[in-house]
Amino acid sequence: MRKINTEVIEKKIYEMALHAGVNLTPACKTAMNNALKTEKNGAAAFALETLLKNAETAVNKQMPVCQDTGMAVVLLEIGQEVFLEGKPLAKAVNDGVKKAYADGYFRKSVCDPITRVNTGDNTPAVIHTEIVEGDKISITFMPKGFGSENMSRLFMLKPAQGVDGIIGAIVETVKLAGSRPCPPVYVGVGIGGTFDTCAFLAKKALTRDIGTSNPRGDIAEIERVALEKINALDIGCQGFHGSATALGVACEWAPTHIAGLPVAVNIQCHCVRCEKAVL
Amino acid sequence: MKNLQLPLTKETIKSLRAGDSVSLSGTILTARDCAHKRIFGYLKDGKPLPFDLKDAVIYYAGPCPAKPDMASGSCGPTTSARMDSFAPALLNLGLGAIIGKGEMCGEVREALKRNVCVYFAAIGGAGALYGNAIKKSECIAFEDLLSEAVYKLEVENFPAVVAFDCFGGSIY
Repeated sequence: MRKINTEVIEKKIYEMALHAGVNLTPACKTAMNNALKTEKNGAAAFALETLLKNAETAVNKQMPVCQDTGMAVVLLEIGQEVFLEGKPLAKAVNDGVKKAYADGYFRKSVCDPITRVNTGDNTPAVIHTEIVEGDKISITFMPKGFGSENMSRLFMLKPAQGVDGIIGAIVETVKLAGSRPCPPVYVGVGIGGTFDTCAFLAKKALTRDIGTSNPRGDIAEIERVALEKINALDIGCQGFHGSATALGVACEWAPTHIAGLPVAVNIQCHCVRCEKAVL
Repeated sequence: MKNLQLPLTKETIKSLRAGDSVSLSGTILTARDCAHKRIFGYLKDGKPLPFDLKDAVIYYAGPCPAKPDMASGSCGPTTSARMDSFAPALLNLGLGAIIGKGEMCGEVREALKRNVCVYFAAIGGAGALYGNAIKKSECIAFEDLLSEAVYKLEVENFPAVVAFDCFGGSIY
């Protein structure tokens, strides 16, 4: 048994949120630089250059890289040998988010879905907890912007549609999104599970570094083929045409029912911000 | 790169073609989802708007709060398509230009043609760069909407691309 006070989690969330709002992931910067090297379309190359310059400005001035500092998505993998003490876990996470969004001069983008009244402090965060083995806590913090979130879709395919159906769903989602989600996008895909687990898997896939492949060969092949087809769509950076429509496709999977093949496609814009830590 | 002073004259608008890179300087007004909803409430009730639309430039954006030593926080464009149903009526009322990101619908393109107006695409995601191009910011309406309020911004060298020109041309 290892005791961890939730104040430690709160402090860590605070640091991660502050860093995430300002900094793209190193893997994202590499992917954007690579996209610029191969982009032949003038307007798209101009947009890519502008975005790389923007990433530098954000760090130099310590200001949000994108004004949409997102909803705070927090993934917690809690070892079952951990005993949490102190204030309730969700309150600790939300207090960390609240303080970071105030101190970082981040935008508060969370509101009531019906009245549209802003909560004023960017809480509540979206918190996913998983109990795992061990005595550690793994934290992933990902601010998720909604220009791209709005373009996400969930399909309940027929089992007979198989791999072609999965790839078709991924490519169709990116095609329909077009210029709107700030391409080049990062595409998170959930395959299998139920309606809800499938959507969560798509979100979890986005926490993987751009450029990594699923360890399962046939899933990695879906990622590869889907990316190739997406980058042949000629949407390009900002929808200005060209080859940089997506920086990557990441798929995560889970067993599903004999009657179904759920596929969730979660779109992330080129501003990939994601922090990871282990306590 | 064409340097343009805002507001734009109709002659200037006629000289622009989809795909042109431009650098904008002058006054723009932010308005996004909630502000548009409220503007349309005013119009429906026949109430005068708290700002002048004539030749104005509306920027679909909701900025981050400004740090004490800056005029504005990060302030890149939001997805314009969500304002598809609002833009034609505002263009008919005298709005001069729109700044946002991503494709807009055919009705907007028609309204731009009919009223000799232009739609600029700012680079989505470049919030820090745009925040630095803002030299002055003042909330002029709907303050309770926080980042969704209407801010009057003075911008200098604000980079954008002509997305829809006044002849029906499109970069998309």
